[in-house]
Amino acid sequence: MSAATLPLPRSARRPGVGAVYRWELRKLRAQKRTYIGLAAAVAIPLIFIFALAVDNSGGGPEELPFSAFVRETGFAIPLVCLAFGAFWLLPLLTALVAGDIVANEDQNGTLKTILTRSVERWHVFAGKVLAALTYTVALLTIYVSVGLVVGGLVWGFDPLTTLSGTRIDAGRALVLTAAGTLAYLLPLATIAAIGLLLSTVTRNSAAAVVGTLMVSIFMQIIAAISALDALDPYLLSTQFNAWQGILREPIDWDPILRSAWVCGLYALPSLGWALTAFLRRDVTGG
Amino acid sequence: MGAPIEARGLVKRYGEITAVDHVDLTVQAGDVYGYLGPNGAGKTTSLRMLLGLIRPDEGSARLFGRDPLLHGARALDGVAGFVEAPRFYPYLSGRSNLELVADLDGDGARGRIDEALDTVDLADRAKDKVGGYSHGMRQRLGIAGALLRAPRLLLLDEPTTGLDPAGMRDMRLLIRRLADQGMTVLLSSHLMAEVEELCDRVAIVGVGRVLYEGALGELIAGTAGRYELRTTDDAEAAEIAARVVGDVDQTSDGLAFSADEATAAEITVALGAAGIGITALVPRTATLEELFFRMTEPSNGRPRLEEAVR
Repeated sequence: MSAATLPLPRSARRPGVGAVYRWELRKLRAQKRTYIGLAAAVAIPLIFIFALAVDNSGGGPEELPFSAFVRETGFAIPLVCLAFGAFWLLPLLTALVAGDIVANEDQNGTLKTILTRSVERWHVFAGKVLAALTYTVALLTIYVSVGLVVGGLVWGFDPLTTLSGTRIDAGRALVLTAAGTLAYLLPLATIAAIGLLLSTVTRNSAAAVVGTLMVSIFMQIIAAISALDALDPYLLSTQFNAWQGILREPIDWDPILRSAWVCGLYALPSLGWALTAFLRRDVTGG
Repeated sequence: MGAPIEARGLVKRYGEITAVDHVDLTVQAGDVYGYLGPNGAGKTTSLRMLLGLIRPDEGSARLFGRDPLLHGARALDGVAGFVEAPRFYPYLSGRSNLELVADLDGDGARGRIDEALDTVDLADRAKDKVGGYSHGMRQRLGIAGALLRAPRLLLLDEPTTGLDPAGMRDMRLLIRRLADQGMTVLLSSHLMAEVEELCDRVAIVGVGRVLYEGALGELIAGTAGRYELRTTDDAEAAEIAARVVGDVDQTSDGLAFSADEATAAEITVALGAAGIGITALVPRTATLEELFFRMTEPSNGRPRLEEAVR
């Protein structure tokens, strides 16, 4: 066959990360586990608010930031939710999708289906990272919003007492809650990165979800051992408290900055390792 | 622009096992190329290397001159196919699955979805989730997915496996039709009849090794000049025939030897002179199936090509 009879390879408009990302979101929307995660993010704050509302003793959660103010203002509700969500709830809900997003392709045998099209492997990986991150942002936004809105409807959007003991008005409380949520996203996205790594290397959804949760709990156990207190600043679990710096007056940026680089130290190598494994792997399943 | 497939010295090892052992393959434009071997001969592993799904330990594969390891997805431009059963997302409909892969193809692939669904006769089930598809429907959806790329080279891995007789017939008709349209096809199969029916060139692989590569017609023609003989006294006849042709095999139901027509006639005369009646003298052209078994079933140790095509 002469070269003239063959069309030249068309370089224009090759699909890339964007095409993969859009389909990863669509796949997430078509899967039950996505809704299990998001539904839990709606249900848990509601259950918490309901439990507080029907409890006539006037008690509340103990030893959590803002737990003393849960009946004073709705603004305290999402903040308490953030505090107790760090132990296992939000890491679990994050891992539910991040730990599955590569491994489910192994389970379905579909990796070969998408890797024999016109996208490069790194496009597929990047699309999955972005989709897992999008889900994590959605999860956290829903979790905080439900607590804030319903809590506010029940106890009012009254001024909030900061961790420094000062009182701030509703507008500032809203801004600081949003900023605190952003700070909280750092360690949560890091959990997602670890979930992606385990999803890629274990090729098994359940192992990756459980493994991610175990990493998270393992850090908390180390944090609880007083002989290892020197490690605390570098543990992922500690970074789940960094947002509290924002709810002080003046704002304490130190934990936020440390959280940024400590989370980076966990997340970036995880993603790098996962990407390398994904690029080099032999696709034999299916 | 290189040949559709040019594989040189492909090797893939899994621990102690060498799944693919220095495989060379050349598929020219327009070939319908049969890649024939028993299960476990490394056919699928070879196809995975061609598609860039796994890395060869040695050697290289080029599709139209491009190596998947060096050129990534661009090496698959103009190439489509699947290894083992095609897999799709069970929670998406057939059409959605095709839309997904079309979007990962770009290049107008979405515009070919309806045509592809019609070609594989799935248009009326396209809205159903793939989770509810039968094996045959998934197989056809796999072909549809491949056609979206408007391929010049189609790689199919045992596409009729697991289909019922009607499904196999339809799949073969479809492959024939695509080949008639000018598509180059590499068809891996362990079904001799399928390869004989569809292919003009073959590679026969044993345990990881190519035992024969070439035109199917030549392979079969190369076995001409073989005769089967049955007589009233095979033991005596074997001695007489051996004096004429030198080498006579005892088979389960008679004798077999290689000879040209004149020599065969000479044997009949000799047998008649010795008072031995001939009950059958049958010229044999080996079927692909016989050749295949001779090549792939080791009689003592390694399968031997020269023995097979003797």
